[in-house]
Amino acid sequence: MTQEEVHISSYFSHAVVLVLLLTLTTISVLVTGWHLGALTVAVALVIASIKAGTVITYFMHMKFESLFLKLMVAGVFLLYALVIIITFIDYLLR
Amino acid sequence: MSGQNNYIEEQERETGKLGMWIFLFTELFLFGGLFLVYAVFRAKYSADFHAGASELNALIGTLNTVFLLTSSMTVAMSLIAIQKNNINLALFLVLVTIVLAALFMMNKYFEWSHKFHFKLYPGSEVMKNLPHGELLFFGLYYMMTGLHALHVLVGMVLLSINLVKIKLGMVNHIHYLLLENSALYWHLVDLIWIFIFPLLYLIT
Repeated sequence: MTQEEVHISSYFSHAVVLVLLLTLTTISVLVTGWHLGALTVAVALVIASIKAGTVITYFMHMKFESLFLKLMVAGVFLLYALVIIITFIDYLLR
Repeated sequence: MSGQNNYIEEQERETGKLGMWIFLFTELFLFGGLFLVYAVFRAKYSADFHAGASELNALIGTLNTVFLLTSSMTVAMSLIAIQKNNINLALFLVLVTIVLAALFMMNKYFEWSHKFHFKLYPGSEVMKNLPHGELLFFGLYYMMTGLHALHVLVGMVLLSINLVKIKLGMVNHIHYLLLENSALYWHLVDLIWIFIFPLLYLIT
């Protein structure tokens, strides 16, 4: 059986991840009340990115996937980042 | 022979999952395009976007975030349960995921009907008379949350199919690709909400 090779996560680790995600959500909501001005968006996006990374790594098992899939996912996110950067360069320098 | 069959099965599982990821990439760019439009218009009309966002109910948004994050955990746990051949627990966890999705949709229903009550919906007179930036904000709000809600509904259908197939034994501890890919889809729905929530609800 190749079944043994499949990584099975633990219930406990998923519960820990949920607590982390809910904590980050709470921080995200609280930060809104601090009136940081332009920084608010930056903080919100950083927290959202950490949450997204956590979901991909643990809930979507990216940590235990093949290097090929890891590189593909990283490549697609890099491509999207480039699309954003290039659009903004075009928009701001017009 | 048996070893070879297992090898083929493992290959099928890997390719099936790879196909799902490629589909998820297209979904990422579908929403990514909307986020890009949002980013550019927000840079251009930041005061209007703040005014628009202050009319959204952050409490409902936060509650829905909790529902979706929790449902992401339960669907991930249902995959562990099926891998460990714990059928009843898997059924229960998929059911909990569907219930949480339904709660999300219920909140969305209340949120939207509240806005419809004040005639704030695409094409209405009230919306046409809004400042240009606010019109764009609410247009994007309806488009992004609407497209996302559509994905929640599709996810609920997928999870319901899983529920039936687990019950019938067609999804089991050896063949669980359908549940695995449905879970991946569900996590994507969660991922998109993780960005929609702060960008639309928390910018006041």
